[in-house]
Amino acid sequence: MDPSDLLAQIPGLRRYARALTGNTWAADDLVQDTLERACSKWQLWTVGTDLRAWLFTVMHNLYASDMRRTLRRQQTGAPVDVDALAHELAAPNDTTALAIDLQRCLLQLPEEQRTVLLLVSMEDMSYEQVAQVTGSPLGTVMSRLSRARARLQQLLDAPASTQGIPFAAPVLRRLK
Amino acid sequence: MDSRSTRPLSDDELHALVDGQVSGAARSVLEERLALEPDAQARVAQWQQQKRRLQGLHRAVLDEAVPSPLLEAARQTSRVRQSADRWWRMGGMAAGVVLSFGMGWLTHTHWQDRQSGTLLSRIPVSSEFVRQARYAHTVYAPEVRHPVEVTAAEQTHLVHWLSKRLGRTLKVPNLSAQGYELVGGRLLPGDTGARAQFMFQNGAGTRLTLYLGAMQAPAQSEVTKETAFRFETDGAVPSFYWVEQGFGYALSGPLQRDALMQLAQAVYQQINQ
Repeated sequence: MDPSDLLAQIPGLRRYARALTGNTWAADDLVQDTLERACSKWQLWTVGTDLRAWLFTVMHNLYASDMRRTLRRQQTGAPVDVDALAHELAAPNDTTALAIDLQRCLLQLPEEQRTVLLLVSMEDMSYEQVAQVTGSPLGTVMSRLSRARARLQQLLDAPASTQGIPFAAPVLRRLK
Repeated sequence: MDSRSTRPLSDDELHALVDGQVSGAARSVLEERLALEPDAQARVAQWQQQKRRLQGLHRAVLDEAVPSPLLEAARQTSRVRQSADRWWRMGGMAAGVVLSFGMGWLTHTHWQDRQSGTLLSRIPVSSEFVRQARYAHTVYAPEVRHPVEVTAAEQTHLVHWLSKRLGRTLKVPNLSAQGYELVGGRLLPGDTGARAQFMFQNGAGTRLTLYLGAMQAPAQSEVTKETAFRFETDGAVPSFYWVEQGFGYALSGPLQRDALMQLAQAVYQQINQ
């Protein structure tokens, strides 16, 4: 395998991780963990198959299972890293505000709905690929997509004042 | 057709339109039906707008310079993959073996850093295979008069015969450098087909057996490729066992782990030369 194949995947992974976690540092941690996990799981990837889909699968599994990362995000308080979004000011102020708003709404979706929505919308994956990456049946992917889009619309339509940043955080146990 | 076209569009159909996952004639049909459903049109428009916004989210990240820790992690990962590919091409060990042995097998630091217990636990080597290998060892190793069916004196015949029965060209490893000479071999039944057992003995009368045979065809091809050494101490006699391209091997003998591992390494290297 050409090393540049892997390097070429990093920007896409970082962006997806950013949208998934809403936090610059957590996102890059997740990408780093994904690359390291890939390193120890290489024998599961077959040359000639879709490297991108495989890396997203590795990342998905890490994200879905890593309780400690969620805990860290809770400890740091705000899940939305506003400073990280500020530099996206290539466009007028409105764009940044919209991006922050969109990210905040995304984070209020349950993780499994957010994942499916991002893989379909941001990553433009086919429903079959999403099913493969998330290890879910196609029907589950479709119902999550439906719920995610309906819920996101509600959140985006709701007056900003009623959208509190705090959202119900899952109760976590630290496993040692 | 008529009854179909009067049915309201389902959510799945609307998503497929938004996400461009239907094309050609099927898409035209859906679009015609959509034209008759204002509610569905509104939803499609909302979802399309969501999708555009999501596609624009964090776009700047795509153009950012990749932080150096990530570059380093990617390079490291590529190097490991390339080494693994090289090993495969050389007909050498699969990454699993290298990772499992970790220490003492290779001096390459990357491998040493990556010793992984998860690999070991995940690889589905049949415990039934090892159990049978140990039974065969405990039954035949103490045998005085007929420890083998065909003795080492007829080694060419022995190898030819067992290769034919197991459906693969077998190689008998030479362990004389380790002080063990071939006694001979025999054919045995196994749960997934014929098995061969080769027996070795050293000057002190200690006997080793190498038990081998085709594993059951696994559902996933990747499983057949995976190789990992495992050490098994349960029961009377310890064994090292591994799978190589769908063929299982178990080396059993009343030895300490380290000594048995060195012998297993020698066997592995010779078989895969």
